[in-house]
Amino acid sequence: MKPSEAMRIAWEAILKNKIRSFLTMLGIIIGVAAVIIMVAISAGTEATISEQITSLGSNLVFVQSSFSRGGPGQMASGGLVYDDAAAIQDGVNGVVSVVVEQNSSETVKFSDVSLDEVEILGTTTGFPSVRDVEIATGRYFTDTDIDRKKKVAVLGSSMAEELFGTTDPIGQYITVGTTKLAVIGVFAEKGSVGNTDYDARIYIPISVVFQKFTPSMFARIMGDSIRMIYVEVDPDENLDNIITQIELLLVKRHDVTLDTADFSVTTQQDIISTQESTTAAFRSLLAWVAGVSLIVGGIGIMNIMLVSVTERTREIGIRQSVGATPDDIRMQFLTEALLLSIVGGLIGIVVGVGGSYIFGALSDMRTVVSLSSILLAFGSAAIVGAFFGYYPANQAAQLDPIEALRYE
Amino acid sequence: MTEPHKIIETIDITKVYGMGDISVAALKGINMQIKAGEFVAIMGPSGSGKSTLMHILGCLSRPTTGRYIIDGEDVSNLDKAQLAHVRNKKLGFIFQAYNLLARTSALRNVTLPLLYTHEENKNIEAGDEKARAMLEVVGLGDRIHHQPHELSGGQQQRVAIARALINDPVLVIADEPTGNLDSHSGEEIMNILHKLHAQGTTIVMVTHDPKIAAHTQRTVHLIDGLVDNIVHNGRTTLMSSHEEARHETV
Ligand SMILES: Nc1ncnc2c1ncn2[C@@H]1O[C@H](COP(=O)(O)OP(=O)(O)OP(=O)(O)O)[C@@H](O)[C@H]1O
Ligand SMILES: [Mg+2]
Repeated sequence: MKPSEAMRIAWEAILKNKIRSFLTMLGIIIGVAAVIIMVAISAGTEATISEQITSLGSNLVFVQSSFSRGGPGQMASGGLVYDDAAAIQDGVNGVVSVVVEQNSSETVKFSDVSLDEVEILGTTTGFPSVRDVEIATGRYFTDTDIDRKKKVAVLGSSMAEELFGTTDPIGQYITVGTTKLAVIGVFAEKGSVGNTDYDARIYIPISVVFQKFTPSMFARIMGDSIRMIYVEVDPDENLDNIITQIELLLVKRHDVTLDTADFSVTTQQDIISTQESTTAAFRSLLAWVAGVSLIVGGIGIMNIMLVSVTERTREIGIRQSVGATPDDIRMQFLTEALLLSIVGGLIGIVVGVGGSYIFGALSDMRTVVSLSSILLAFGSAAIVGAFFGYYPANQAAQLDPIEALRYE
Repeated sequence: MTEPHKIIETIDITKVYGMGDISVAALKGINMQIKAGEFVAIMGPSGSGKSTLMHILGCLSRPTTGRYIIDGEDVSNLDKAQLAHVRNKKLGFIFQAYNLLARTSALRNVTLPLLYTHEENKNIEAGDEKARAMLEVVGLGDRIHHQPHELSGGQQQRVAIARALINDPVLVIADEPTGNLDSHSGEEIMNILHKLHAQGTTIVMVTHDPKIAAHTQRTVHLIDGLVDNIVHNGRTTLMSSHEEARHETV
């Protein structure tokens, strides 16, 4: 029997029983669509993350405040202070610049607009450069503004729109908590990095935050506490060496050990690898789910093919009686299983690609359909079809002609 | 005048079903020959081994012992695939139950054997043409696209005859071809078989009807797995023993 004839017979058998054929294919359809959609989701997530990582700026070391692991009495004294930044700038070799951040959450008002719990970020002049944000209109504050505790503010793009709509914000006064601030600039749109929406914040000189929003008793003794120091380093210097220097310096200044440190030092690379391992875990989970559904689809095909072989025992006997060899019969059923999984695979591709686009459009997750996932899913469907089709086909091939003809 | 050559020859064929205590000896040593162009009827009581013999002659099963020669070729030791080729090229089988493929047109049923014919440059149109001609021969020229459920029993059996003839077999084997039919349809089938015989086709046929058997050239009577006697054009040859049967031309 020629392959083209086997194809025709298989195709006719599939068409003769459309509903059963469709149900048989369903497992494969779901499996293939699942592979494509899941790969599209994880590829989309990876693309988003890698874009975020490139937008983090380069050659940065992050020094963050954390609670001290000392006794209960020491808890309140934990964390970085403003002068730590200057100490790092002066005391560590290879540091290009430092940027300091402290935040607060306040109610913001302009005319009749009032917004609760707006993130107010006090920072220094290097901020736009290390975080890779640009001024769209107006200007950013200067060292002089910081030294003189000028009551000025730079707005994130969506914050500017919420407060001012179409009005030009530059030169207007907003009320933050109880303090009036003059708007001097608006940032260009930046989007979110991790959980932080850069566009929904208000940026003000850090000295104003210390004075108006986070004054404390403790500040007068130890210095103003801050959330984070960005340390921009010389790319030619040894990063590990710089980290060690920073740690030694801060351990000494805070009078702690590395084990009880009230700060943590991380690098861009640390963040990248954490996120990469998270997506890798996510991706392999998806691969498992998709793989299992393909195998379930294959078992479905095997099931139906076994039923089909039993139901068509008499047909097999008739074909044998007019000269079909065991190979011919095996080929016929194998072709049928293969065709079922290939057609199922094609439908699955349509469903998967369509589903990926619809999912991407309806949810805030991004999906990226890749050709390789389509080929992978389709290839596995065909292999699954051949693998799970072989056993029933072999059962059919081994039937005895007389017994097959006698089967009712 | 040269003797017509032997189409089939069986030598001491036995068939035992099952094993051990429950084994059944369906055939106990069959020796028979059929020459080209003969029309032979097989008769015998139920369970005497007629179908078992037909299956062996039709290469649908293998004898337990003994030899079977078709058209000069010993097929006793062929494997399943080789037997399938012999069935396809040399034999045409007509069953009591027609055994047509359901939901398949008369034409496609008749061309079914061609699907399994291994030939270079197989010409599908030529096959279809031949199948149409065969259906014409059995009087179904106007029914070629009908499916079995749209045909009467007699018509279905005629499709089966056309299918048996499509590959120009050296032997047509029919196991009670009229068994499921009323007398009128049965007569039609017998007319077709006689016509084929007249054109030179070799036929061996099982029947329960003595009148039908009487119209053939010879009738072989089986009893309990053995050839009991053979009726030659009305003349009866009694078989007294195995030994004699082996040397007789049946
Ligand atoms: N597959 C089988 N397994 C076991 N025994 C079998 C099998 N096929 C046939 N037999 C036995 O072999 C013997 C001959 O059976 P066979 O079918 O050849 O008889 P038959 O002459 O065709 O009878 P009928 O006229 O009823 O068709 C019977 O005793 C039957 O029970
Ligand atoms: Mg019988």
